[in-house]
Amino acid sequence: MNTKSKNEVLIKIKDMSVVYGKENQSLIALKDINLEIKRGEFICVLGPSGCGKSTLLKTIAGYLKPTSGECLMQGKKITGPDWHRGVIFQSPTLYPWMSVKDNVEFGPKMRGLPNKKIKKIRKYFLEEVNLSGIEDQYTFELSGGMKQRVALARVLANYPQVVLMDEPFGALDALTRDNMQNLIRNIWMENKTTIFFITHDVDEALSLGTRVIVLSKQPGVILKKFDIDFTKRILKNNSKNVVYQDDYFKVKNEILDIIHNQIE
Amino acid sequence: MAEKNLNNSKEEKNKIKWADNLLNKKDTKTNKTEKTLTFLTWASIFIIWYIITKLKLFSPTLLPSPLRVWRSFLFILENGYNNVPIWIHLGTSLKRLFVALFFAIFTAVPLGLLSGYFSKVEAVIDSVIEFYRPLPPLAYYTLLVLWFGIDDLSKQVLLFLAAFAPIYIACVSAVRKLNKDFVLSAESLGANQKDIFLKIVLPASMPEIFTGIRTAFGVAYTTLVSAEMVAATSGIGWMVLDASNFLKSEVIFVGIIIMGITGVIIDAGLRYLEKKIIFWKGKV
Ligand SMILES: Nc1ncnc2c1ncn2[C@@H]1O[C@H](COP(=O)(O)OP(=O)(O)OP(=O)(O)O)[C@@H](O)[C@H]1O
Ligand SMILES: [Mg+2]
Repeated sequence: MNTKSKNEVLIKIKDMSVVYGKENQSLIALKDINLEIKRGEFICVLGPSGCGKSTLLKTIAGYLKPTSGECLMQGKKITGPDWHRGVIFQSPTLYPWMSVKDNVEFGPKMRGLPNKKIKKIRKYFLEEVNLSGIEDQYTFELSGGMKQRVALARVLANYPQVVLMDEPFGALDALTRDNMQNLIRNIWMENKTTIFFITHDVDEALSLGTRVIVLSKQPGVILKKFDIDFTKRILKNNSKNVVYQDDYFKVKNEILDIIHNQIE
Repeated sequence: MAEKNLNNSKEEKNKIKWADNLLNKKDTKTNKTEKTLTFLTWASIFIIWYIITKLKLFSPTLLPSPLRVWRSFLFILENGYNNVPIWIHLGTSLKRLFVALFFAIFTAVPLGLLSGYFSKVEAVIDSVIEFYRPLPPLAYYTLLVLWFGIDDLSKQVLLFLAAFAPIYIACVSAVRKLNKDFVLSAESLGANQKDIFLKIVLPASMPEIFTGIRTAFGVAYTTLVSAEMVAATSGIGWMVLDASNFLKSEVIFVGIIIMGITGVIIDAGLRYLEKKIIFWKGKV
């Protein structure tokens, strides 16, 4: 199984630019983006508001076409959304007319998996997000954090190659957010998922990612990439939070400097 | 699972929106004073009616007393009108109404949703609807009677046309307002176009579709009664018209009251169904 090897490149973005609008009204959202997402990575994207983070996610998801350059998945051009790339939106798009169970089973059902398998998958992932026993509730009966966890289970149920998340915890309070960060870190480790994660919170990016990418404001260009291992240290120490060490603050300050220079 | 969304402004906004919905809804008359007020309104209508007839301000042929109307009601219940039981009159009318509504729903919903989804479908259908919708249904009824005769068929076609437009328009607007992320997320979960249409677009549009159906019912019901008054040989509207030809004003009253109550009951039924089927409405 050499295609599943650790360093397999899942997503490859080559000289990609995305322009909104036409001619005189156009806006260059992303410019000359080059990025590789390897299997098992946890990539966090940081940048000031409006710099094109969501635009980048949408092109990887297949919702937008690059204006120039290309966006490839396992060597093939991405032409539209598909279940190999799961997407989690900032506000959960759970379907209110379906119960939690039907929401989580939606993907596997659409793909025509056998019922027995669907049930097994649903049970496993609801357990993964600590939500067993609420199968028959409706999604409007859940808190914001629970909703986002159901959304996570729903995407994971498809065993996507990459999970794309757009500020998934942005609307949650600080405590719930902490819990969710630990949850997603554990799920990432346990299931060997590949995650592309947008956030505006530097600490969140540093405590989750294996790589952090900083984008600049208009046009969105990748300013710097950082390889970090704080999330692995957290897992190794079996703790729930970053052990704040000098190297942590060094990276953090560097990122903050880059971002602040952008805003000024 | 102690998760509290502190200072969650988005959720706050949703709550306010929800509260607004509740306030605007007529069916949350849980308030006792409101119920009393409704009751008092009807009591005063009856009392004023009674006093006016007691004082003999108008001749009884023009304005019969409540008692006369009640007696006439009992008589019609027992003997029917024109030797035809009242249930048959009412049943004929309701059959016309429901057959028309049935066909209207099953054609307008798919066509409306498709129109909202594909601009080419809309280009075909929309202008026709825009043209006939503002016309009073009775304007083309004469033509329908010429084509389909004076019996049920012409009325069913008429009511179908009257009911079609509001449902169709509600469906188009429902698709327009659809949360695009619902569709995108479904695509990213592996759903094909057919699944998205049936499992996402259709249910997401249900609240508006239902509002359209209730409007359509109202339009169709008024159209029905007028149509029966213009050309018919049976039905509750015809009964009222026939009674007026013989100056039997108490029968007219009975007819009108039966029509009113039937309308209220059907609307209440529709609202009940709406609550059952679209249980998530306003809670997203
Ligand atoms: N559909 C669109 N049409 C035109 N311009 C758009 C569209 N979507 C985004 N933009 C513009 O492109 C730029 C990048 O937007 P994007 O949503 O990717 O930013 P973002 O980094 O996700 O911001 P935030 O952190 O606020 O979510 C912005 O200037 C925005 O105004
Ligand atoms: Mg964004």
